[in-house]
Amino acid sequence: MTRASSGFNSLVCAVAWRRFVRVSATAGIVLLSVAAVQAAELSSGEASKTKLGSGVSSSGAGAESVVDFINAEIRKGWQDGNFAPSPKAAEEEWCRRVFLDIVGRVPTVGELKQFMAEPTPTRKQKLLDRLLDSDEYAEEYANYWATVWSNLLVGRPPARRVNGDLVNRDGMHQYLRVSFLRNKPWNQMVYDLVSATGTTSPDDPSYNGATNFLASMIKNDDPMLTQATSKTAKIFLGLQVQCTQCHNHPFNDWKQDQFWSMNAFFRQTHGRAVSRAGRDIESASIDNSDFRGEGSTPNEAEIYYELRNGTMAVAYPTFVDGTKINPSGYVNEVNRRAELGKLITKSEFLSKAIVNRLWGHFLGYGFTKPVDDLGPHNPSSHPELLDRLGKEFSGHGHDLKQLIRWITLCEPYSLSSRISPRNKKDDPSLGEKPKFSHFYLRQMQPEQLYDSLQALKFLPGEDRREKGTLEERTKERREWMTQFTVNLGNDEGEDATTFNGTIPQILMMMNGPLVKEVTDTSSGTLLAKLSGAGMGPQDTIDYLFLAALARKPGPQDVSMCQQALSSRGAGVAYQDILWSLLNSNEFIFVH
Amino acid sequence: MLRPAPDGMTRRHFLEHMAAATALTMPTATMFANAMRANAAQLQARNKACILLFMNGGPPTIDIWDLKPGQPTGGEFKPISTSGDVQITEHLPMMSKLMHHCSIVRSMSTREADHTRGRYYMHTGYVPNPNVDYPSYGAVIAHEMERAGQSRYLEIPPFVSVGGGSQGPGFLGMSYAPFVVDSNGQVRNLDVSMDTGRLMDRMTMLSRLEKNFAGPSEKEVLRGEAAYDHGKVLQSTVNLMTSKQMQAFKVDQEPKALQERYGAVAAAGGGGGGMARNTAFGRSCLMARRLVESGVPFVEVDMGGWDLHDQVHSNLKTRQLPPLDQAMSALIEDLEQRGRLQDTTIVWMGDFGRTPRINGRAGRDHWARSWSCVVAGGAFKGGIAVGKTNADGTQVESDPYTSQDLMASVLKSMGVSLETVFTSKNNRPMKIANSGRVIKELFA
Repeated sequence: MTRASSGFNSLVCAVAWRRFVRVSATAGIVLLSVAAVQAAELSSGEASKTKLGSGVSSSGAGAESVVDFINAEIRKGWQDGNFAPSPKAAEEEWCRRVFLDIVGRVPTVGELKQFMAEPTPTRKQKLLDRLLDSDEYAEEYANYWATVWSNLLVGRPPARRVNGDLVNRDGMHQYLRVSFLRNKPWNQMVYDLVSATGTTSPDDPSYNGATNFLASMIKNDDPMLTQATSKTAKIFLGLQVQCTQCHNHPFNDWKQDQFWSMNAFFRQTHGRAVSRAGRDIESASIDNSDFRGEGSTPNEAEIYYELRNGTMAVAYPTFVDGTKINPSGYVNEVNRRAELGKLITKSEFLSKAIVNRLWGHFLGYGFTKPVDDLGPHNPSSHPELLDRLGKEFSGHGHDLKQLIRWITLCEPYSLSSRISPRNKKDDPSLGEKPKFSHFYLRQMQPEQLYDSLQALKFLPGEDRREKGTLEERTKERREWMTQFTVNLGNDEGEDATTFNGTIPQILMMMNGPLVKEVTDTSSGTLLAKLSGAGMGPQDTIDYLFLAALARKPGPQDVSMCQQALSSRGAGVAYQDILWSLLNSNEFIFVH
Repeated sequence: MLRPAPDGMTRRHFLEHMAAATALTMPTATMFANAMRANAAQLQARNKACILLFMNGGPPTIDIWDLKPGQPTGGEFKPISTSGDVQITEHLPMMSKLMHHCSIVRSMSTREADHTRGRYYMHTGYVPNPNVDYPSYGAVIAHEMERAGQSRYLEIPPFVSVGGGSQGPGFLGMSYAPFVVDSNGQVRNLDVSMDTGRLMDRMTMLSRLEKNFAGPSEKEVLRGEAAYDHGKVLQSTVNLMTSKQMQAFKVDQEPKALQERYGAVAAAGGGGGGMARNTAFGRSCLMARRLVESGVPFVEVDMGGWDLHDQVHSNLKTRQLPPLDQAMSALIEDLEQRGRLQDTTIVWMGDFGRTPRINGRAGRDHWARSWSCVVAGGAFKGGIAVGKTNADGTQVESDPYTSQDLMASVLKSMGVSLETVFTSKNNRPMKIANSGRVIKELFA
């Protein structure tokens, strides 16, 4: 997608852009001390030693004031738009949300009961403590976020192997899992990913899993690493250096300059497949080597690119805010990607981009749409809030768990997904800017669905880990997911998914082996275990509703189930009830 | 081949249950009743349909439909004369005999030269906009043909995409989303494996749960449209699960000789490398014909492999053009022989064209400024080229045409009124095909 000629065609209005970045940079001076602290962390490697759940105490006064600030800013938006918020969601519904959004699956009946047994005032806080800080959920947390980020950084596995694909998804996943397990500060993870060298496969001696981000973008037909340039800016900084919003802009050659100046940071990078005799496992190595430049002056290794009018222009490594580095192409003098990593970790866009993305993860929509475009042409719905959250995030050591607490404890996250006449118009799917006056529904991701169906199989008290390791289950899940992949057949190996609420997904839920397995009645299955536990009809129905929907059945639900029981008999009826629950909108939506 | 009317005890039994139960949506219950009455003659009615052949990755049209021999940009291919008043590449010999059915628009000039954006723009007539989700060709045509009463007997989705993802239904809603299948026509998880009475019991419970969560009707949604639309897709799924029209996906029911004509099976003894992709496009085109015959108003067939940044000519010669030539010519010929070509509009296009300049790797890069699309069948006049590029292909010299213009022309060919105005979800009026203007020369 990022071949030279396409880059020319799709460029943003650059002058406005530059001005914007400069102004932002000035505003960012306040944060200098924080940045200095981060730089120190980066050099000493101290941050990586952060223990599980350590760092800033999230229940401290600081956390409350941030949450208060969020609530106040969001309420302002309601007042401006004359919206009334929906009432609070039921506590169980909130619990379901938090489980899906933090560990990637619905809560089990046991977990729901444990949550509801806590005293109301501290219940939510306690659950967050368990999900984020206890050993019990450490693996699930890390595994879920590794999946989310792996999908973003290297994409879901394609239906079939793409020729010349250097990425090793196990390596990517492992790096991310370990990082989330240690709650590695976000700026350090980004530095790792941008500057990584080493090999991609976990069983290689010089393995560095972080290399897989770059490995996924190094392709024979993209020798200039244009994709790495645009994806790095987009994912980590929320800057669409390729955005075509203003592609008619008369000054777009400026923009081109900016793109290639960023691109120059990647030009010492080399990737190659490493084959080892007698093994199927692919590995690749990502290295830096001297870049001689395109004009054979390695001391000032420049690159050339073609302007729209056909003349050539020159570019040296320059960050989006205009910061230049020593243009030497010799790695022992300047490691360009390491320099880029440092510049990114100092940029205020780093914090804003991750705040916006996580906000979108939890609330359904970010402050901007799309969530990875923070450019000047795309004003955010709550600029002060995004700004402040970005600063708080970097001020609190780029602690992702802290950010998750702030977001999940805020008022908009606690609201019901039911709309009212007073907030019906607050609907971002209509193109309006989100006001978060009710919870926005979204479909589970396929990984969330898969893990939720797995979790359903176990009664309270049973060890859910008895069946294989998390890694094995991740592998099985990956295999299951290939049924939804549609290969788009261009050379980028782009894929589309049919797990998008269309017929193939519904067919899978109605007739597919996974739901069949969960609703089966042979020995060892959920339904067999429930019947073996001697539960009466009322308790069984309650259990099935709690397990699938995190709520008790209402009077109408009960009579519906009783009807099924009397006409079909217990065995068949429970199977049909569970099947109906799992196929319902209330199950597949995060609400 | 005619599809038999739905009948049989099982199906009847199912339908009676369906009528007795609280159906998810009324129109669907009606649809079932209609399907009962449907017969072969009605199914064979002269339905209008459109088949979009989408060349994923951006085809180098300068090497296919608008050659520049002798120019530095021209490349190695030679033009040949055809049955129409146009010349095309020497590597489409079978198509050259059918060009009297096809017309080339040589003055396409678009602005989106990025795959994702180009694909979106060419499918919708709109550039991507984060605030409005526009409907694609398939959704628009499925919607309009339904409005024209043409989908009354259709039990399978009105918009099928074979071998690619196509684009979504935008604000027209999930009922018009593409049903995506691979070129083998394999639909997974179709087997219900229980009696219809039990399935009905399940559907009745499910329907209650759905409405309890989403709201009782489209006018009274409790949690926005997505939750309500889920019920509609459930209904379409049940329709399809129990429909004999699903036979349309089974290309292997066609005579062997015809499958070979399309290149849908590997020719005996021939081939070698890359055969898997070669036969996929042929199978997909044959499936498209079967689907159209079953009453599906819109089928998209995707062919990949066009992102030819390297070795464009050798790839075209060996990998891309032979299967295109074979399948596209077979499709036109087959539709004509069955008397369906004048009811079936065919469109050939890609994300964009490719640079006239040949790059250092003997490839061509992305290029949207001057390129070609092809139309055939329907109400189109065949055998002509509309518009003109300059000597080396870098500029359009005549009136430039856009995605909107092409879309408007396709809609006109199908008899859809260009005065149609959609209302987007935030109540903004949207003129069909983004107010594109019909390319007049394409019509007699």
